Amino acid sequence: MRVVIMGCGRLGSMLAGELDAEGHHVTVIDIDQAAFNWLGDSFSGTRVVGPGEDSAIQEAAGVKHADVFLALANGDNRNAMAVQVAKHIHGAPRVVARIYDPDRAEVYQQLGINVVNPTTILDQMVREAAFATSSEREAASDEGDRV
Amino acid sequence: MYIVIVGGGKVGRGAARDLIGMGHEVCVIEREADTAWSINHELGEVALVGDGTEVHVQQAAGMNRADVVVACTGRDQANLAVGQTAATRFGAGKVIARINDPRNESIFRALGFDNTVSATTSIVNAIELEVNKGLQSLTRLTQLASSSFMLSQQRVAEQSSVVGCTVRELRLPPSTLLVLVVREGDEALIPGPTTTIHASDLVIAVTHVQHEAALRAALT
Repeated sequence: MRVVIMGCGRLGSMLAGELDAEGHHVTVIDIDQAAFNWLGDSFSGTRVVGPGEDSAIQEAAGVKHADVFLALANGDNRNAMAVQVAKHIHGAPRVVARIYDPDRAEVYQQLGINVVNPTTILDQMVREAAFATSSEREAASDEGDRV
Repeated sequence: MYIVIVGGGKVGRGAARDLIGMGHEVCVIEREADTAWSINHELGEVALVGDGTEVHVQQAAGMNRADVVVACTGRDQANLAVGQTAATRFGAGKVIARINDPRNESIFRALGFDNTVSATTSIVNAIELEVNKGLQSLTRLTQLASSSFMLSQQRVAEQSSVVGCTVRELRLPPSTLLVLVVREGDEALIPGPTTTIHASDLVIAVTHVQHEAALRAALT
């Protein structure tokens, strides 16, 4: 599949490396050339420098022919705009945006965008981690009491 | 009407000033505390410090009862976010979005924003008009010191009837001298009676101010 990833930070570069290794055709866009240092030497995909929400940059990155567009930059507004440009201007069939703000994540979900909201995901994971530890302790001490 | 303006820069502040002057109730959401302070100092307590793309800030600004929301920050992605949250979350009746990069106009249109304002487009259009004016007609460069003579330049249009004519054949007004012809590739030549005028030549001439129109006509 042809995948365009906007944002070459920890997450973007990791996904780019994985998908590239799996044989997908990957293009990474980042506003900062230095961000491409996150990509490993083995990365064989394409690098495009520029603001990924810019229609012309998306064109240069081949979003028109992409199967998937992932907006993983740091700004919520930038990601939201980028996926909408990809979807409505370049006709990307599948787009995903990382949106940190739960409120905005809800808004964009309502607008039909695939949103990944790290804040609520982490909230749940942290809770589970915290409660699992204490319940395990309780379970252990309960068992101890029984013995 | 109650109007919430997101972005208190020159545009937002100017809009706030005018709308308050017209008797509207206005709230300006501005990210920078200093800027907000300055707005409050000038216009009364109308500015709220915060990120206007955050729903809780929009809530604090009373966006739910806003008749009009104006998104006029210097960033298109923020203006789009403001417009979309205002419409989706608060059911704002009318959203006016400022577009900074004219190339983003199509995405705003595609997403249903019909009320957009692009200062860049307006300015670019004005500049293009001026540039074309310069290309097709005479521009006064300077008036020669303490005289009624002026130095002017005019670009010879592609379709001009003078293309292919020699200087002698031009119907130049009296008291007029062609002093220089600048040709493509930055070649400059001092025109004589037998010099042929080419399309796109930049013709520099001295003439009496009263013959300005006649010179323009002679080179068009």
